[in-house]
Amino acid sequence: MKAAHYWHCFVGIQTREWLRFWQQRTRFASALVRPLLWLVVFAAGFRAVLGISIIPPYQTYITYETYIAPGLCGMIILFNSMQGALSMVYDRELGSMRVLLMSPLPRPFLLVTKLLAMGVVSIGQVYVFLLLALLVDVEPPLWGYLAVLPALVLTSLMLGALGLLIATWIKQLENFAGVMNFVIFPMFFMSSALYPLWKMNEASPWLYWVCQFNPFTYAVEAIRFSLYLEWNPVAYGITAGVTVVLALLATAGFRPQRTKILGTKPA
Amino acid sequence: MTIEARNLGFRYGDKPVLREVSFALTSGRFHALLGPNGAGKSTLFGLLTRLLALQQGDILLAGQSLKKQPAEAMRRIGVVFQQNALDLDLTVRQNLQYHAALHGLSRKEARKRGDRELARFELLDRANDAVRQLNGGHRRRVEIARALLHEPSLLLLDEPTVGLDVASRKALNEHVRTLCEQDGLTVLWATHLIEEVRESDRVLILHQGQLLADGTGSAICEAEGTQTLADTFHALTGAG
Repeated sequence: MKAAHYWHCFVGIQTREWLRFWQQRTRFASALVRPLLWLVVFAAGFRAVLGISIIPPYQTYITYETYIAPGLCGMIILFNSMQGALSMVYDRELGSMRVLLMSPLPRPFLLVTKLLAMGVVSIGQVYVFLLLALLVDVEPPLWGYLAVLPALVLTSLMLGALGLLIATWIKQLENFAGVMNFVIFPMFFMSSALYPLWKMNEASPWLYWVCQFNPFTYAVEAIRFSLYLEWNPVAYGITAGVTVVLALLATAGFRPQRTKILGTKPA
Repeated sequence: MTIEARNLGFRYGDKPVLREVSFALTSGRFHALLGPNGAGKSTLFGLLTRLLALQQGDILLAGQSLKKQPAEAMRRIGVVFQQNALDLDLTVRQNLQYHAALHGLSRKEARKRGDRELARFELLDRANDAVRQLNGGHRRRVEIARALLHEPSLLLLDEPTVGLDVASRKALNEHVRTLCEQDGLTVLWATHLIEEVRESDRVLILHQGQLLADGTGSAICEAEGTQTLADTFHALTGAG
Protein backbone atom coordinates (compact mmCIF):
# COMPACT_ATOMS: atom_id res chain seq x y z
CA MET A 1 0.00 0.00 0.00
CA LYS A 2 1.37 3.34 -1.04
CA ALA A 3 1.06 6.72 0.64
CA ALA A 4 -1.45 7.75 -2.06
CA HIS A 5 -3.79 4.94 -0.98
CA TYR A 6 -3.70 6.17 2.60
CA TRP A 7 -4.36 9.70 1.44
CA HIS A 8 -7.36 8.77 -0.72
CA CYS A 9 -8.72 6.73 2.16
CA PHE A 10 -8.23 9.59 4.63
CA VAL A 11 -9.95 12.07 2.32
CA GLY A 12 -12.76 9.59 1.60
CA ILE A 13 -13.55 9.09 5.28
CA GLN A 14 -13.46 12.84 5.95
CA THR A 15 -15.68 13.55 2.96
CA ARG A 16 -18.26 11.03 4.03
CA GLU A 17 -18.41 12.52 7.51
CA TRP A 18 -19.06 16.00 6.10
CA LEU A 19 -21.69 14.69 3.69
CA ARG A 20 -23.50 13.08 6.59
CA PHE A 21 -23.10 16.24 8.64
CA TRP A 22 -24.74 18.21 5.84
CA GLN A 23 -27.56 15.67 5.56
CA GLN A 24 -28.21 15.90 9.27
CA ARG A 25 -27.44 19.56 9.80
CA THR A 26 -30.58 20.16 11.84
CA ARG A 27 -29.49 17.48 14.32
CA PHE A 28 -26.10 19.13 14.63
CA ALA A 29 -27.67 22.56 15.06
CA SER A 30 -29.85 21.24 17.86
CA ALA A 31 -26.75 19.81 19.53
CA LEU A 32 -25.60 23.42 19.95
CA VAL A 33 -28.59 24.22 22.12
CA ARG A 34 -27.06 22.45 25.14
CA PRO A 35 -23.81 24.44 25.41
CA LEU A 36 -25.67 27.65 24.58
CA LEU A 37 -28.08 27.07 27.45
CA TRP A 38 -25.12 26.66 29.77
CA LEU A 39 -23.48 29.78 28.42
CA VAL A 40 -26.49 32.07 28.36
CA VAL A 41 -28.77 30.81 31.12
CA PHE A 42 -26.64 28.88 33.60
CA ALA A 43 -23.80 31.36 33.45
CA ALA A 44 -26.13 34.33 33.92
CA GLY A 45 -27.61 32.79 37.04
CA PHE A 46 -24.27 31.66 38.38
CA ARG A 47 -22.33 34.81 37.72
CA ALA A 48 -23.52 36.35 40.95
CA VAL A 49 -22.65 33.27 42.99
CA LEU A 50 -19.18 32.74 41.70
CA GLY A 51 -16.79 35.63 41.35
CA ILE A 52 -13.76 34.81 39.27
CA SER A 53 -10.56 36.52 40.29
CA ILE A 54 -7.58 37.01 38.06
CA ILE A 55 -6.04 33.66 37.21
CA PRO A 56 -3.91 32.70 34.24
CA PRO A 57 -4.36 32.88 31.29
CA TYR A 58 -6.66 35.84 31.94
CA GLN A 59 -5.03 39.20 32.60
CA THR A 60 -8.00 40.95 34.07
CA TYR A 61 -11.19 40.18 35.91
CA ILE A 62 -13.44 38.15 33.65
CA THR A 63 -17.10 37.32 33.48
CA TYR A 64 -18.28 33.84 34.32
CA GLU A 65 -19.33 33.43 30.66
CA THR A 66 -15.75 34.00 29.62
CA TYR A 67 -14.53 31.46 32.14
CA ILE A 68 -16.82 28.62 31.12
CA ALA A 69 -16.70 29.11 27.33
CA PRO A 70 -13.55 26.91 26.90
CA GLY A 71 -15.10 24.27 29.15
CA LEU A 72 -18.23 24.29 27.02
CA CYS A 73 -16.07 23.84 23.89
CA GLY A 74 -14.75 20.74 25.64
CA MET A 75 -18.30 19.68 26.49
CA ILE A 76 -19.38 19.86 22.84
CA ILE A 77 -16.53 17.55 21.91
CA LEU A 78 -17.19 15.28 24.90
CA PHE A 79 -20.85 14.72 23.99
CA ASN A 80 -20.15 14.29 20.28
CA SER A 81 -17.26 11.90 20.80
CA MET A 82 -19.19 9.64 23.13
CA GLN A 83 -22.26 9.65 20.94
CA GLY A 84 -20.14 9.07 17.84
CA ALA A 85 -18.20 6.20 19.37
CA LEU A 86 -21.39 4.49 20.53
CA SER A 87 -22.97 4.84 17.10
CA MET A 88 -19.85 3.29 15.55
CA VAL A 89 -20.29 0.03 17.39
CA TYR A 90 -23.99 -0.11 18.26
CA ASP A 91 -26.31 1.74 15.91
CA ARG A 92 -26.36 4.37 13.21
CA GLU A 93 -22.84 3.85 11.92
CA LEU A 94 -22.84 0.06 11.83
CA GLY A 95 -23.24 -0.19 8.07
CA SER A 96 -20.45 2.26 7.40
CA MET A 97 -18.24 0.47 9.93
CA ARG A 98 -18.74 -2.83 8.12
CA VAL A 99 -17.64 -1.18 4.90
CA LEU A 100 -14.78 0.57 6.69
CA LEU A 101 -13.39 -2.67 8.09
CA MET A 102 -13.37 -4.30 4.65
CA SER A 103 -10.61 -1.90 3.63
CA PRO A 104 -7.22 -3.51 3.13
CA LEU A 105 -5.54 -0.65 5.03
CA PRO A 106 -4.47 -1.30 8.63
CA ARG A 107 -7.29 -1.16 11.15
CA PRO A 108 -5.61 1.27 13.57
CA PHE A 109 -5.22 3.74 10.69
CA LEU A 110 -8.88 3.33 9.69
CA LEU A 111 -10.15 3.77 13.24
CA VAL A 112 -8.01 6.80 14.04
CA THR A 113 -8.99 8.40 10.72
CA LYS A 114 -12.64 7.76 11.50
CA LEU A 115 -12.28 9.29 14.99
CA LEU A 116 -10.50 12.30 13.51
CA ALA A 117 -13.21 12.74 10.90
CA MET A 118 -15.88 12.73 13.57
CA GLY A 119 -13.71 15.12 15.57
CA VAL A 120 -13.47 17.58 12.71
CA VAL A 121 -17.25 17.82 12.58
CA SER A 122 -17.33 18.48 16.35
CA ILE A 123 -14.69 21.16 15.91
CA GLY A 124 -16.88 22.81 13.29
CA GLN A 125 -19.57 22.99 15.97
CA VAL A 126 -17.13 24.43 18.48
CA TYR A 127 -16.33 27.28 16.11
CA VAL A 128 -20.01 28.03 15.53
CA PHE A 129 -20.43 28.04 19.32
CA LEU A 130 -17.50 30.44 19.75
CA LEU A 131 -19.00 32.77 17.17
CA LEU A 132 -22.32 32.77 19.01
CA ALA A 133 -20.45 33.32 22.29
CA LEU A 134 -19.37 36.71 20.95
CA LEU A 135 -22.96 37.79 21.57
CA VAL A 136 -22.44 37.41 25.33
CA ASP A 137 -19.11 39.20 25.12
CA VAL A 138 -16.81 36.21 25.18
CA GLU A 139 -14.13 37.77 23.05
CA PRO A 140 -10.82 35.92 22.89
CA PRO A 141 -8.05 37.48 20.76
CA LEU A 142 -8.49 36.91 17.04
CA TRP A 143 -5.43 34.67 16.71
CA GLY A 144 -6.72 32.59 19.58
CA TYR A 145 -9.29 31.06 17.25
CA LEU A 146 -6.45 29.60 15.21
CA ALA A 147 -4.16 28.80 18.14
CA VAL A 148 -6.88 26.72 19.78
CA LEU A 149 -7.22 24.38 16.80
CA PRO A 150 -4.48 21.86 17.78
CA ALA A 151 -5.94 21.62 21.29
CA LEU A 152 -9.38 20.96 19.84
CA VAL A 153 -8.03 18.24 17.52
CA LEU A 154 -6.18 16.55 20.40
CA THR A 155 -9.22 16.73 22.65
CA SER A 156 -11.51 15.24 20.03
CA LEU A 157 -9.10 12.40 19.34
CA MET A 158 -8.59 11.75 23.05
CA LEU A 159 -12.30 11.64 23.82
CA GLY A 160 -13.13 9.71 20.64
CA ALA A 161 -10.59 7.04 21.58
CA LEU A 162 -11.97 6.95 25.11
CA GLY A 163 -15.49 6.55 23.73
CA LEU A 164 -14.42 3.74 21.43
CA LEU A 165 -12.62 1.99 24.25
CA ILE A 166 -15.66 2.22 26.52
CA ALA A 167 -18.12 1.24 23.80
CA THR A 168 -16.06 -1.82 22.86
CA TRP A 169 -15.29 -3.10 26.33
CA ILE A 170 -18.00 -2.04 28.73
CA LYS A 171 -21.20 -3.71 27.65
CA GLN A 172 -23.21 -2.19 30.48
CA LEU A 173 -22.69 1.21 28.88
CA GLU A 174 -24.08 0.45 25.46
CA ASN A 175 -26.77 3.12 25.67
CA PHE A 176 -26.26 6.83 25.78
CA ALA A 177 -28.00 7.34 29.11
CA GLY A 178 -25.49 5.07 30.81
CA VAL A 179 -22.54 6.85 29.24
CA MET A 180 -24.02 10.21 30.18
CA ASN A 181 -24.36 9.29 33.86
CA PHE A 182 -21.16 7.35 34.30
CA VAL A 183 -18.75 9.06 31.90
CA ILE A 184 -19.87 12.40 30.51
CA PHE A 185 -21.25 14.07 33.64
CA PRO A 186 -18.50 12.88 36.02
CA MET A 187 -15.81 13.95 33.56
CA PHE A 188 -17.44 17.30 32.99
CA PHE A 189 -18.24 18.18 36.60
CA MET A 190 -14.97 16.88 38.01
CA SER A 191 -12.92 19.13 35.79
CA SER A 192 -12.01 22.78 35.54
CA ALA A 193 -14.73 23.37 32.94
CA LEU A 194 -17.19 25.11 35.26
CA TYR A 195 -15.01 26.32 38.15
CA PRO A 196 -11.30 26.89 38.70
CA LEU A 197 -9.79 24.00 40.62
CA TRP A 198 -8.63 26.19 43.52
CA LYS A 199 -12.30 26.78 44.27
CA MET A 200 -12.79 23.03 44.33
CA ASN A 201 -9.82 22.70 46.68
CA GLU A 202 -11.44 25.11 49.13
CA ALA A 203 -14.64 23.11 49.09
CA SER A 204 -13.33 19.57 49.06
CA PRO A 205 -9.68 18.55 48.94
CA TRP A 206 -10.43 14.97 47.85
CA LEU A 207 -12.61 16.15 44.96
CA TYR A 208 -9.80 18.48 44.00
CA TRP A 209 -7.52 15.46 43.95
CA VAL A 210 -9.94 13.57 41.68
CA CYS A 211 -10.15 16.55 39.32
CA GLN A 212 -6.37 16.55 39.07
CA PHE A 213 -6.50 13.01 37.70
CA ASN A 214 -9.21 13.76 35.17
CA PRO A 215 -7.67 14.12 31.69
CA PHE A 216 -10.63 16.26 30.64
CA THR A 217 -9.34 18.96 33.04
CA TYR A 218 -6.11 19.18 31.06
CA ALA A 219 -7.94 19.18 27.72
CA VAL A 220 -10.07 22.09 28.91
CA GLU A 221 -7.01 23.96 30.19
CA ALA A 222 -5.17 23.36 26.90
CA ILE A 223 -8.18 24.83 25.09
CA ARG A 224 -8.46 27.74 27.55
CA PHE A 225 -4.80 28.72 27.42
CA SER A 226 -4.38 28.45 23.67
CA LEU A 227 -7.60 30.36 23.05
CA TYR A 228 -5.97 33.24 24.97
CA LEU A 229 -2.63 32.75 23.25
CA GLU A 230 -0.86 31.42 26.32
CA TRP A 231 1.27 28.29 26.29
CA ASN A 232 0.49 25.65 28.89
CA PRO A 233 2.98 22.80 28.39
CA VAL A 234 1.62 20.74 31.29
CA ALA A 235 -1.95 20.75 30.00
CA TYR A 236 -0.83 20.11 26.44
CA GLY A 237 1.64 17.41 27.42
CA ILE A 238 -0.83 15.48 29.55
CA THR A 239 -3.58 15.79 26.92
CA ALA A 240 -1.24 14.57 24.19
CA GLY A 241 0.12 11.72 26.32
CA VAL A 242 -3.34 10.51 27.32
CA THR A 243 -4.46 10.79 23.68
CA VAL A 244 -1.65 8.55 22.49
CA VAL A 245 -2.25 5.95 25.20
CA LEU A 246 -6.03 5.88 24.68
CA ALA A 247 -5.70 5.74 20.87
CA LEU A 248 -3.29 2.82 21.16
CA LEU A 249 -5.53 0.97 23.61
CA ALA A 250 -8.72 1.66 21.65
CA THR A 251 -7.34 0.56 18.28
CA ALA A 252 -5.26 -2.37 19.48
CA GLY A 253 -8.13 -3.62 21.64
CA PHE A 254 -10.79 -3.17 18.98
CA ARG A 255 -12.67 -6.42 18.30
CA PRO A 256 -15.62 -6.38 15.92
CA GLN A 257 -17.10 -9.39 17.72
CA ARG A 258 -17.50 -7.29 20.84
CA THR A 259 -19.77 -4.93 18.91
CA LYS A 260 -22.84 -5.24 16.74
CA ILE A 261 -20.81 -4.76 13.58
CA LEU A 262 -21.14 -8.43 12.67
CA GLY A 263 -24.88 -8.06 12.79
CA THR A 264 -25.19 -10.52 15.64
CA LYS A 265 -25.41 -9.92 19.35
CA PRO A 266 -22.04 -9.18 20.88
CA ALA A 267 -20.53 -12.27 22.43
CA MET B 1 -8.21 -17.54 -7.45
CA THR B 2 -8.30 -20.53 -5.15
CA ILE B 3 -9.80 -20.24 -1.70
CA GLU B 4 -9.23 -22.85 0.89
CA ALA B 5 -10.57 -23.15 4.41
CA ARG B 6 -8.61 -25.51 6.58
CA ASN B 7 -10.04 -27.03 9.68
CA LEU B 8 -11.91 -23.93 10.84
CA GLY B 9 -13.21 -23.93 14.35
CA PHE B 10 -14.91 -21.12 16.23
CA ARG B 11 -16.61 -20.79 19.59
CA TYR B 12 -18.44 -18.00 21.36
CA GLY B 13 -17.42 -18.58 24.95
CA ASP B 14 -18.05 -22.26 25.57
CA LYS B 15 -20.46 -22.62 22.69
CA PRO B 16 -18.91 -24.09 19.53
CA VAL B 17 -20.35 -22.47 16.40
CA LEU B 18 -18.08 -24.00 13.76
CA ARG B 19 -16.37 -27.35 14.04
CA GLU B 20 -13.57 -28.52 11.79
CA VAL B 21 -14.92 -26.92 8.64
CA SER B 22 -12.69 -27.51 5.62
CA PHE B 23 -13.44 -26.80 1.97
CA ALA B 24 -11.89 -25.40 -1.18
CA LEU B 25 -13.72 -23.13 -3.62
CA THR B 26 -13.17 -23.51 -7.34
CA SER B 27 -12.07 -20.44 -9.22
CA GLY B 28 -14.79 -18.83 -11.36
CA ARG B 29 -17.70 -20.87 -10.01
CA PHE B 30 -20.92 -20.21 -8.19
CA HIS B 31 -20.92 -21.85 -4.77
CA ALA B 32 -23.98 -22.06 -2.60
CA LEU B 33 -23.50 -22.20 1.14
CA LEU B 34 -26.75 -23.69 2.31
CA GLY B 35 -27.77 -23.96 5.92
CA PRO B 36 -30.74 -23.34 8.18
CA ASN B 37 -30.74 -20.27 10.42
CA GLY B 38 -28.13 -20.64 13.13
CA ALA B 39 -26.03 -23.10 11.12
CA GLY B 40 -22.91 -20.94 11.43
CA LYS B 41 -23.04 -19.24 8.01
CA SER B 42 -22.63 -15.74 9.34
CA THR B 43 -19.79 -16.83 11.61
CA LEU B 44 -18.06 -18.40 8.61
CA PHE B 45 -18.53 -15.12 6.73
CA GLY B 46 -17.18 -13.25 9.72
CA LEU B 47 -14.01 -15.32 9.53
CA LEU B 48 -13.68 -14.96 5.75
CA THR B 49 -14.02 -11.17 6.03
CA ARG B 50 -11.76 -10.81 9.06
CA LEU B 51 -14.52 -9.34 11.18
CA LEU B 52 -13.91 -12.34 13.41
CA ALA B 53 -10.39 -13.35 14.31
CA LEU B 54 -9.47 -16.92 13.46
CA GLN B 55 -9.42 -19.13 16.54
CA GLN B 56 -8.57 -22.43 14.94
CA GLY B 57 -7.51 -23.38 11.42
CA ASP B 58 -6.63 -21.03 8.57
CA ILE B 59 -8.03 -19.55 5.39
CA LEU B 60 -5.84 -19.41 2.31
CA LEU B 61 -6.50 -17.08 -0.61
CA ALA B 62 -4.40 -17.93 -3.65
CA GLY B 63 -2.14 -19.82 -1.26
CA GLN B 64 -1.69 -16.85 1.08
CA SER B 65 -2.75 -17.13 4.67
CA LEU B 66 -5.38 -14.69 5.89
CA LYS B 67 -3.52 -14.61 9.17
CA LYS B 68 -0.23 -13.57 7.60
CA GLN B 69 -1.34 -11.41 4.68
CA PRO B 70 -4.62 -9.82 5.72
CA ALA B 71 -4.28 -6.70 3.54
CA GLU B 72 -3.57 -8.70 0.41
CA ALA B 73 -6.57 -10.92 1.13
CA MET B 74 -8.94 -8.02 1.70
CA ARG B 75 -7.93 -6.51 -1.62
CA ARG B 76 -9.18 -9.63 -3.36
CA ILE B 77 -12.48 -10.01 -1.56
CA GLY B 78 -15.75 -8.21 -2.25
CA VAL B 79 -18.46 -8.53 0.38
CA VAL B 80 -22.22 -8.05 0.44
CA PHE B 81 -23.49 -8.18 4.00
CA GLN B 82 -26.79 -9.54 5.17
CA GLN B 83 -27.81 -6.21 6.66
CA ASN B 84 -27.88 -3.05 4.64
CA ALA B 85 -24.48 -1.34 4.70
CA LEU B 86 -25.35 1.69 2.59
CA ASP B 87 -25.77 5.25 3.83
CA LEU B 88 -29.42 5.80 3.02
CA ASP B 89 -29.16 9.60 3.02
CA LEU B 90 -26.19 9.73 0.68
CA THR B 91 -26.49 9.26 -3.07
CA VAL B 92 -25.64 6.03 -4.83
CA ARG B 93 -22.49 7.61 -6.23
CA GLN B 94 -21.38 8.99 -2.86
CA ASN B 95 -21.73 5.52 -1.37
CA LEU B 96 -19.60 4.03 -4.10
CA GLN B 97 -16.98 6.73 -3.73
CA TYR B 98 -16.67 6.10 0.00
CA HIS B 99 -15.99 2.43 -0.62
CA ALA B 100 -13.52 3.18 -3.43
CA ALA B 101 -11.63 5.61 -1.19
CA LEU B 102 -11.35 2.95 1.50
CA HIS B 103 -9.62 0.80 -1.06
CA GLY B 104 -7.22 3.62 -1.88
CA LEU B 105 -8.72 4.63 -5.23
CA SER B 106 -8.58 8.26 -6.33
CA ARG B 107 -11.83 10.16 -6.86
CA LYS B 108 -11.34 10.12 -10.61
CA GLU B 109 -10.75 6.39 -10.73
CA ALA B 110 -13.63 5.82 -8.33
CA ARG B 111 -15.98 7.77 -10.55
CA LYS B 112 -14.86 5.88 -13.65
CA ARG B 113 -15.24 2.46 -12.08
CA GLY B 114 -18.43 3.39 -10.29
CA ASP B 115 -20.12 4.56 -13.46
CA ARG B 116 -18.96 1.44 -15.25
CA GLU B 117 -20.46 -0.83 -12.60
CA LEU B 118 -23.66 1.19 -12.35
CA ALA B 119 -24.10 1.00 -16.13
CA ARG B 120 -23.66 -2.74 -15.97
CA PHE B 121 -26.26 -2.96 -13.23
CA GLU B 122 -28.60 -0.63 -15.16
CA LEU B 123 -28.53 1.92 -12.38
CA LEU B 124 -26.50 4.72 -13.92
CA ASP B 125 -29.56 6.96 -14.18
CA ARG B 126 -30.03 6.62 -10.40
CA ALA B 127 -26.43 7.58 -9.55
CA ASN B 128 -27.43 10.93 -8.04
CA ASP B 129 -30.46 9.68 -6.16
CA ALA B 130 -30.30 9.13 -2.42
CA VAL B 131 -30.21 5.42 -1.64
CA ARG B 132 -33.35 5.90 0.45
CA GLN B 133 -35.32 6.48 -2.77
CA LEU B 134 -34.34 3.07 -4.20
CA ASN B 135 -36.36 -0.09 -3.71
CA GLY B 136 -34.91 -3.10 -1.89
CA GLY B 137 -33.81 -4.92 -5.03
CA HIS B 138 -32.00 -1.88 -6.39
CA ARG B 139 -30.27 -1.24 -3.08
CA ARG B 140 -28.92 -4.76 -3.13
CA ARG B 141 -27.67 -4.24 -6.67
CA VAL B 142 -25.87 -1.09 -5.53
CA GLU B 143 -24.23 -3.12 -2.78
CA ILE B 144 -23.03 -5.70 -5.28
CA ALA B 145 -21.78 -2.99 -7.64
CA ARG B 146 -19.94 -1.48 -4.70
CA ALA B 147 -18.40 -4.81 -3.71
CA LEU B 148 -16.99 -5.12 -7.23
CA LEU B 149 -15.43 -1.63 -7.43
CA HIS B 150 -11.99 -2.74 -6.35
CA GLU B 151 -12.14 -5.67 -8.80
CA PRO B 152 -12.01 -8.57 -6.37
CA SER B 153 -11.68 -12.18 -7.48
CA LEU B 154 -13.96 -13.53 -4.77
CA LEU B 155 -17.44 -12.23 -4.07
CA LEU B 156 -19.00 -13.18 -0.74
CA LEU B 157 -22.74 -12.68 -0.30
CA ASP B 158 -24.32 -13.37 3.08
CA GLU B 159 -28.02 -14.05 2.51
CA PRO B 160 -28.26 -11.15 0.07
CA THR B 161 -31.92 -11.71 -0.75
CA VAL B 162 -33.24 -11.31 2.81
CA GLY B 163 -36.24 -9.01 2.75
CA LEU B 164 -36.73 -9.06 -1.02
CA ASP B 165 -39.85 -10.22 -2.83
CA VAL B 166 -39.76 -13.39 -4.92
CA ALA B 167 -39.23 -11.66 -8.27
CA SER B 168 -36.35 -9.46 -6.98
CA ARG B 169 -34.77 -12.45 -5.31
CA LYS B 170 -34.76 -14.42 -8.52
CA ALA B 171 -33.44 -11.47 -10.54
CA LEU B 172 -30.60 -10.86 -8.10
CA ASN B 173 -29.61 -14.49 -8.09
CA GLU B 174 -29.60 -14.60 -11.92
CA HIS B 175 -27.56 -11.44 -12.00
CA VAL B 176 -24.80 -12.78 -9.79
CA ARG B 177 -24.67 -15.97 -11.81
CA THR B 178 -24.16 -13.91 -14.95
CA LEU B 179 -21.27 -12.06 -13.27
CA CYS B 180 -19.75 -15.36 -12.38
CA GLU B 181 -19.92 -16.56 -15.99
CA GLN B 182 -18.85 -13.30 -17.60
CA ASP B 183 -16.05 -12.21 -15.29
CA GLY B 184 -14.79 -15.52 -13.98
CA LEU B 185 -15.65 -14.30 -10.50
CA THR B 186 -15.65 -16.87 -7.71
CA VAL B 187 -18.89 -16.55 -5.78
CA LEU B 188 -19.91 -17.82 -2.35
CA TRP B 189 -23.63 -17.25 -1.87
CA ALA B 190 -24.98 -18.05 1.58
CA THR B 191 -28.67 -18.78 1.87
CA HIS B 192 -31.25 -20.82 3.72
CA LEU B 193 -33.55 -20.80 0.70
CA ILE B 194 -33.24 -23.95 -1.35
CA GLU B 195 -34.86 -22.36 -4.42
CA GLU B 196 -31.82 -20.14 -4.86
CA VAL B 197 -29.61 -23.15 -5.46
CA ARG B 198 -29.33 -25.23 -8.64
CA GLU B 199 -28.30 -28.82 -8.96
CA SER B 200 -25.38 -27.83 -11.14
CA ASP B 201 -23.98 -25.52 -8.40
CA ARG B 202 -21.27 -26.50 -6.01
CA VAL B 203 -23.20 -26.84 -2.79
CA LEU B 204 -21.86 -26.72 0.73
CA ILE B 205 -24.36 -27.71 3.38
CA LEU B 206 -23.64 -26.37 6.84
CA HIS B 207 -25.60 -27.52 9.86
CA GLN B 208 -24.91 -26.90 13.53
CA GLY B 209 -21.41 -25.75 12.71
CA GLN B 210 -20.44 -28.77 10.67
CA LEU B 211 -20.07 -29.18 6.94
CA LEU B 212 -22.37 -32.09 6.10
CA ALA B 213 -22.02 -32.09 2.32
CA ASP B 214 -19.69 -30.60 -0.26
CA GLY B 215 -20.07 -31.27 -3.99
CA THR B 216 -22.29 -30.44 -6.95
CA GLY B 217 -25.97 -30.51 -6.13
CA SER B 218 -26.58 -33.59 -8.23
CA ALA B 219 -23.63 -35.47 -6.71
CA ILE B 220 -24.90 -34.73 -3.21
CA CYS B 221 -28.37 -35.97 -4.14
CA GLU B 222 -26.90 -39.13 -5.55
CA ALA B 223 -24.82 -39.77 -2.46
CA GLU B 224 -27.86 -39.31 -0.23
CA GLY B 225 -30.10 -41.33 -2.52
CA THR B 226 -32.60 -38.49 -2.82
CA GLN B 227 -34.38 -37.01 -5.82
CA THR B 228 -34.10 -33.30 -5.23
CA LEU B 229 -31.83 -30.90 -3.36
CA ALA B 230 -34.73 -30.01 -1.12
CA ASP B 231 -35.04 -33.65 -0.08
CA THR B 232 -31.30 -33.86 0.54
CA PHE B 233 -31.32 -30.70 2.60
CA HIS B 234 -34.25 -32.01 4.60
CA ALA B 235 -32.64 -35.42 5.11
CA LEU B 236 -29.37 -33.89 6.29
CA THR B 237 -30.62 -31.07 8.46
CA GLY B 238 -34.19 -31.92 9.27
CA ALA B 239 -35.06 -28.46 7.91
CA GLY B 240 -36.53 -27.11 4.68
